[in-house]
Amino acid sequence: MPPTDTTPDAPSPKKEAAAAVLPRGGAPGIRFEKVVKRFGSNVVLRELDFSVAPGERVTLIGPSGSGKTTILRLLMTLEKLDDGLIWVGDDTLWHMEKGGKRVPANQRHLHEMRKRIGMVFQQFNLFPNMNVLRNLTEGPVRVLGLSRDEAVERARGLLDMVGLADKIDAHPSQLSGGQQQRVAIARALAMEPRVLLLDEVTSALDPELVVGVQDLLRDIARESDLTMLCVTHEMGFAKDISDRVLMFDQGQIVEEGPPDRIFGEPSEQRTRDFLQAVLAS
Amino acid sequence: MTVDWDWSYTGDILPDLLKGLRYTIIATLAGYAIAIVLGMVWTLLRRTPFAAVNQAVRWITEFIRSTPLLVQLFFLYNVLPSWGLSLSSLTTGIIGLGLHYSTYTAEVYRAGIADVPRGQWEAATALNLPRSRVWLDVILPQAVRRVIPTLGNYLIAMFKDSPLLLAINVAELLHEAFEVGSKSLMFLEPITLVGLLFVAVSVPSSILVRRLERRYATY
Ligand SMILES: Nc1ncnc2c1ncn2[C@@H]1O[C@H](COP(=O)(O)OP(=O)(O)OP(=O)(O)O)[C@@H](O)[C@H]1O
Ligand SMILES: [Mg+2]
Repeated sequence: MPPTDTTPDAPSPKKEAAAAVLPRGGAPGIRFEKVVKRFGSNVVLRELDFSVAPGERVTLIGPSGSGKTTILRLLMTLEKLDDGLIWVGDDTLWHMEKGGKRVPANQRHLHEMRKRIGMVFQQFNLFPNMNVLRNLTEGPVRVLGLSRDEAVERARGLLDMVGLADKIDAHPSQLSGGQQQRVAIARALAMEPRVLLLDEVTSALDPELVVGVQDLLRDIARESDLTMLCVTHEMGFAKDISDRVLMFDQGQIVEEGPPDRIFGEPSEQRTRDFLQAVLAS
Repeated sequence: MTVDWDWSYTGDILPDLLKGLRYTIIATLAGYAIAIVLGMVWTLLRRTPFAAVNQAVRWITEFIRSTPLLVQLFFLYNVLPSWGLSLSSLTTGIIGLGLHYSTYTAEVYRAGIADVPRGQWEAATALNLPRSRVWLDVILPQAVRRVIPTLGNYLIAMFKDSPLLLAINVAELLHEAFEVGSKSLMFLEPITLVGLLFVAVSVPSSILVRRLERRYATY
C-alpha cells in the first residue's frame, strides 16, 4: 500500500549540498542524424535531425504519441535504433568503429556509452527490494567500482541534497511519490552521468508533491553543468530550467526556440493548438 | 455394521507409523530442496541466448511434467541400476519427487519473473548494471518473493504425493501402515492413523503458508 503522505514535501534542498555533490565538466553534446525509429509499420521518427549543445537544457513538448519518450529511450538504449546516427559527444551511441568501418555497437560499447547518461522515469522505478541507501549504492559499487564506504558517502551527500537524509534506511514503499522521485533523481546522479534525461518526472505525482521535485530539479539545473533533455507539460517549470524548447509533432520538429518565445508567441498553428490544449487540461 | 476400534493396537503401532512419518518428511523436504533449486536452473536455462539449450530444456521439462510421477519413480528405480547407478530407494524417491516437482517450480519462477514490471529492467539498464547483477540483485529477489506462497503450496502438494514412494519400497508412512497392517491383518487403525497424521502435518503447514503469503505481500 502506498503511503498517503499529504504533508508538503521538504523545503527546497540546500544549494551548497547540490554544488558539493554534482560533478562538473565534460558534459557532451548530443546530435541526432537522420534518426529513424519504427514500431512495426508505425514510423515514429522519420529521419529526425537535431542537436543539443554541451551543457544545454532542452525541453521537448508536443502532443501524445509525437515521439518524445522514444527520443529519450533511444538515448538511454532502452529502444533500438533502426537507422541514422546518434552522437553523444564525439562518439556514436549505437555504432562503433571497427577496422575503419562503422558497425553496430556491441554490449561493451553500449556499456561504456551508457556511463555518460542517466534517466529519471515517470514511474520512479526504484528497486522495491532494496532500501534507499542500497538503491543509491548499487550502481556505484557494481558498475563504477567504488568501495562500499565511498558509495555510502556519495549516497549520503545526494540524500542531503534531495532533502531525504533521514530516509536512508527506508524502503521505497514507505515513501510518498514525491520522495520516491527525489530518491530516483539521487540514484541517477549517483552514477555521475553527464547527460540527464527526464521523462515527465512529475506527472505521476499528486499535485501537492510536484513542487518539491521541480524545486530540486531547478537547483540541479542551476548548480550543475549537465546536458539535460526534459519532457514536461509544466510550462512554468520548462521556462525555468530550459535554454530551448523543441515542439514535436509526429516525430518531426515543428518549431523551436527559447522558452519565452515558444510559450509566449509561438509562430506555428500546431504549437498554438498544443499549448492551448495543455492550458485547458 | 459396527466398527471396532482397538485402542491398544493403535498404541502399539503408533511408534512404527511415526518412524514412517519421519521418512515421509525427510523425502518431502529433501525432494523439495531439489525442486526449488533445479526449477530455478530450468528457468534460467530457458532464458539463455542459445536456442538449442532453450528448446532442449523446454521439451525435457514438458515431458517430465506430463508423465505421472509414479511412472517416473518406477523408471528411476528399475532403470538407473541397469545404467550402473545403484541408489537406495529413499534417494531414488527423493530424486524422483525433486525432479518431477522441479518442472512445476520452474513454471512458478517463470511466472514470477514475468511479473516483475518492465520498469525494473529499464531502471537496471539505465543504471548500467551488468546482466548478472540485474538478475541477482533486482529481478530474482522480486520474482522469488512474489512466488513464495505458490512455492509453499507445492511443498504441501508434494508432501501429499509422497506416499507414491511406497511403490519403490521407501519405508515412508503408508508403507509402514501396510507393513503393520499385514502382520496383524488389521488395517483400519493404521490406515486411519495415516490420514490423521497427514492432516496433522498439512493443516499447520497450510496455515504457515498463508502467513508467509501475508508477510511477503509487501516489502
Ligand atoms: N513499445 C512500443 N511498441 C509499439 N509502439 C510504440 C512503443 N512505444 C511507443 N510506441 C509508439 O510510438 C509513438 C510515439 O510514442 P512516444 O511514447 O514516444 O510518444 P510521446 O511523445 O512520449 O507521447 P506521450 O506524451 O503520450 O508520452 C506512438 O505512436 C506510440 O504508440
Ligand atoms: Mg511520453
